[in-house]
Amino acid sequence: MGVEVAAPMPGVVIQIAVSEGESVQEDDTLIVLEAMKMEVPIVAPAAGTVKEIRIKEQDKVGTNQVLLLIA
Amino acid sequence: VHMLEALLSGLYGLTAGFQHLAADWRSVVMLFVGGLLLYLGIKKDCEPLLLVPIGFGCILVNLPLADLMGAEGFLRTIYEAGIATELFPLLIFIGIGAMTDFGPLLANPSTFLLGAAGQFGIFITVILALFLGFSQLDAVAIGVIGACDGPTAIYVSSKFAPHLLPAVSVAAYSYMALVPIIQPPIMRFMTTSREKQIAMKFTAKPVSATTKMLFPLVITILGGLIAPQGLPLLGTIMLGNLMKESGVVARLTKASENEIANVVTLLLGISIGGTMSAAAFIRTETLIILALGFLAICLDTVCGVGFGKLLSLLSGGKVNPLIGAAGISAFPMAARVVQREGNRYNKKSYLLMHAMGANAGGQVGSVIAAAVMLSVLAGMGIIG
Repeated sequence: MGVEVAAPMPGVVIQIAVSEGESVQEDDTLIVLEAMKMEVPIVAPAAGTVKEIRIKEQDKVGTNQVLLLIA
Repeated sequence: VHMLEALLSGLYGLTAGFQHLAADWRSVVMLFVGGLLLYLGIKKDCEPLLLVPIGFGCILVNLPLADLMGAEGFLRTIYEAGIATELFPLLIFIGIGAMTDFGPLLANPSTFLLGAAGQFGIFITVILALFLGFSQLDAVAIGVIGACDGPTAIYVSSKFAPHLLPAVSVAAYSYMALVPIIQPPIMRFMTTSREKQIAMKFTAKPVSATTKMLFPLVITILGGLIAPQGLPLLGTIMLGNLMKESGVVARLTKASENEIANVVTLLLGISIGGTMSAAAFIRTETLIILALGFLAICLDTVCGVGFGKLLSLLSGGKVNPLIGAAGISAFPMAARVVQREGNRYNKKSYLLMHAMGANAGGQVGSVIAAAVMLSVLAGMGIIG
């Protein structure tokens, strides 16, 4: 089982900084959301490998929507 | 020869403006002040929508002989129509209401308390201004700079202390733009490193459309009953919000937040600039007002973060006290500052939505604070 990374706030995905299969360290930026005209980097809660990316750039996301999985 | 003399005196007439200006150093200073506001707006991107018309209005009114704020001047006409009547700030408020989402606040009602705490600076500053010898009405107009909300400050000072209007509005708008610089040092100083790093749970509780529609109505009626003097401010912001949340008057909502707000911002800015004549602005009072206004905003931040610390304690460490800084009404600048600061100490901390709740609370809080002060003054028989 992996770790789900969810959106902490509603916003628009403006950048996906990783690709599936990539290994990441804790606190690495995974995705950049734009919320309230502000860029918010969403970081890895733990080290691991990006398993599945569930959104694409320009997608609108809601709070708690799962963005990607890390295993 | 006569022709030549007539021509010379005609040409001489063209220099009259320069002579007047040379004789009045204060107008020259004000031309530089206008230039400084333009520079801040254009080059530094500080509230350009306001500082550009204000700065230019300031230059216009300080050019001698044109007398644009005289009885027949066009700046005077705009001023009398919209500022002396308090109409401009109220029209802007409809737009602000139409732009504000109270969702994060309603999802997390405790953040409303932060919006209230963020107004304490206003009251402390009023007391300080009284102490420094300002009259009661002047002190209220100065304290309201701490609302960190341009239209509220303009509304209150144009109604009760119009002679302070130029200083108060310039202070309110410039400090609003400086929030990202003024707040962080206070926030850092007041919180422990453990507090700074608290990551708050995401708020996902959806707020129903009915709640969002009832909110402006309930606040208007309650606020109107408690502080009738502030009902124009509260009523206009809530009208805009009800229009937005009802979703049935999209055209009016759009007009309020775009066309009306834009037109009024232009007229408001240029006539505020028009009040900045040398005689009204170059006085020691202005410097004291600028200093007191700055203090008011610092105190708001101190009280907001202080109350955030209390909430943090009561919640067993679930609340990050930094969000208290968003309790002032500089919307949404203060909320962004909180997100940035929290993120600086813990990359996994996302405070934006919590701060937005406090910030929306501050928006209403500052209006209520102004309303309460006015109603208290009315109760004391100081104003009619």
